[in-house]
Amino acid sequence: MNNIVILPIIIPMILGLIMVIFRRRIMLHRVLSILSMTGTGGAAAYLIYQVKHEGIQTLQLGGWEAPFGVSMVVDMLSALLLITTSIVALFCVIYAFKSIGREREEHYFYPLFLFLITGVNGSFITGDVFNLFVCFEVMLISSYALITLGGKSIQLRESIKYVLVNIIASFLFLIAIAYLYAVTGTLNMAHLSERVAEVGQGGLMTAVAIIFLFVFSLKAGLFLFFWLPGSYSAPPTAVAAVFAALLTKVGIYAIYRFFTLVFYHEPQVTHLIIGIMAAVTMVLGAMGAIAYKDIKKILTYNVVVGVGFILAGLASFTDAGMTGSIYYLMHDMVIKALIFIIGGVIIAIAGTSNLDDMSGLIQTHPYLGWMFFITALSISGIPPLSGFIGKVYITEGTFTSGYYWLGAIGLITSLMVLFSVMKIFMNSFWGETILSEEMEKGTTRGVMFPIVALVMLTIGLGLGAELLHDYVEIAVEGLMNPSLYIEAVLGGNAQ
Amino acid sequence: MESLMSILIGVFFAIGTYLILTKSLLRIILGTSIISHGVHLLIITMGGVKAGGPPLLGLGSTSFTDALPQALILTAIVINFATTAIFLVLSYRSYKVLGTDDTAQMRGNEDE
Repeated sequence: MNNIVILPIIIPMILGLIMVIFRRRIMLHRVLSILSMTGTGGAAAYLIYQVKHEGIQTLQLGGWEAPFGVSMVVDMLSALLLITTSIVALFCVIYAFKSIGREREEHYFYPLFLFLITGVNGSFITGDVFNLFVCFEVMLISSYALITLGGKSIQLRESIKYVLVNIIASFLFLIAIAYLYAVTGTLNMAHLSERVAEVGQGGLMTAVAIIFLFVFSLKAGLFLFFWLPGSYSAPPTAVAAVFAALLTKVGIYAIYRFFTLVFYHEPQVTHLIIGIMAAVTMVLGAMGAIAYKDIKKILTYNVVVGVGFILAGLASFTDAGMTGSIYYLMHDMVIKALIFIIGGVIIAIAGTSNLDDMSGLIQTHPYLGWMFFITALSISGIPPLSGFIGKVYITEGTFTSGYYWLGAIGLITSLMVLFSVMKIFMNSFWGETILSEEMEKGTTRGVMFPIVALVMLTIGLGLGAELLHDYVEIAVEGLMNPSLYIEAVLGGNAQ
Repeated sequence: MESLMSILIGVFFAIGTYLILTKSLLRIILGTSIISHGVHLLIITMGGVKAGGPPLLGLGSTSFTDALPQALILTAIVINFATTAIFLVLSYRSYKVLGTDDTAQMRGNEDE
């Protein structure tokens, strides 16, 4: 029992509710948003410390012992994701101060943002399948509001698809929960894991597993990413950045949780399917990233490639692959927020997102240019930046488990990713300067701080990978040994 | 009882799917609404539709009905209510801004 476990959910929720009351006090909104992100970050840091020294932390809500009540569980994977979420969200919200505009701020941008974070954190923490569904819905409903906020015609058009796809995915989630409950008679994840291990993962359980995989793939953009490029290029940059950094990651986290804790008995079926889906995702995403000449489209397809690559680590189902995935997951959250923010700044300056219409920005914005260059190297995994270590481990994992094709596709697509981001760099920053400072539509004033901070973070994650290794190791140990999780949640009630 | 419910759920899903595949936004929303009813019935059927006393001590029943699926449905209904509301508002706003409720005409073009 540890009450700190609930803090990452209730801090943003309560502060968000307070904000709703004071609608016109924008300064208050900004201060509270920063407070909320630092607060959840602090709680997450303390949880990491506790998990490292005392093992997995749990909270049984209302004092109802698991498996009867709703359990909140923080293991090392959750804690690492929580702290990364807090940091990334903090910088996205600081970027939003200067870029989102008064109109949106007055229409509850910050409260909606905090409710989104509530849902994301809740999904990372919860230890109950139905509660996971609820947290998903909290996150999704906030995201429906955020994606339409502003009401431009492109936003409305894209959000209709986004909302419809997610509503149907939610129905499928409920159907999967119903089937799972019918077969196992429980919804607590630790209890589920125990029961599935007892009765064995037969054909029926594997079928249920595939439905869950389908649901989470829709959310994560694994193979079923047809909705993603349109929806993520419609909203303003600050929103798109946080979507790209966090929303797909929640789906990925759910896949990880389910296929390491509950459905891990038939890896030759489920994990092979994940591997194939990951491979197809990487190839299609990389093709999209190369094909388009629009910055927003290129970046959203890069999100898709990242999803495929992270899940390649899960498909390998080895220690090395998992280690790589966790490194890469944290890297991907930071780097996707960063590259979306820089992309947004470039678009704001040039006044267009078409690469053909911009060139020579390095003359007027040298710092921005070199920041983008570092980001581009990091996103494709050039050492010593943060993408490298994850790529090495994931590739090692896929080779160890015999999925050579998966590792090869991962490496080839990272070259394609490098090409796609270098295309942005060369087209927008090199060449003749066609835009004098007076003609610029936007400015970098005030937005450089989050960019610099995130660039430092990606360099830090790369150079400090050794320091992080202890923590990642604990997370991998937790993923590969479901008994630790079960023991922590059920404790004396374990059968 | 269970097989009857299964057929009913199937009918709900068929109607809902048909409506979602049409072009009019309002029909799509109604389709999601009907599928949601199918899903809720599915949950209650999966929990087991059997005669039993209420799950309270001291009533002298020997068998109890599982209360959990009903709690799940209650939550699911509330959430579905919220998403349907937001979807309706969204479609009304897009009808006003885009001037159409036909999804085939909502593709847009590159120059926006």
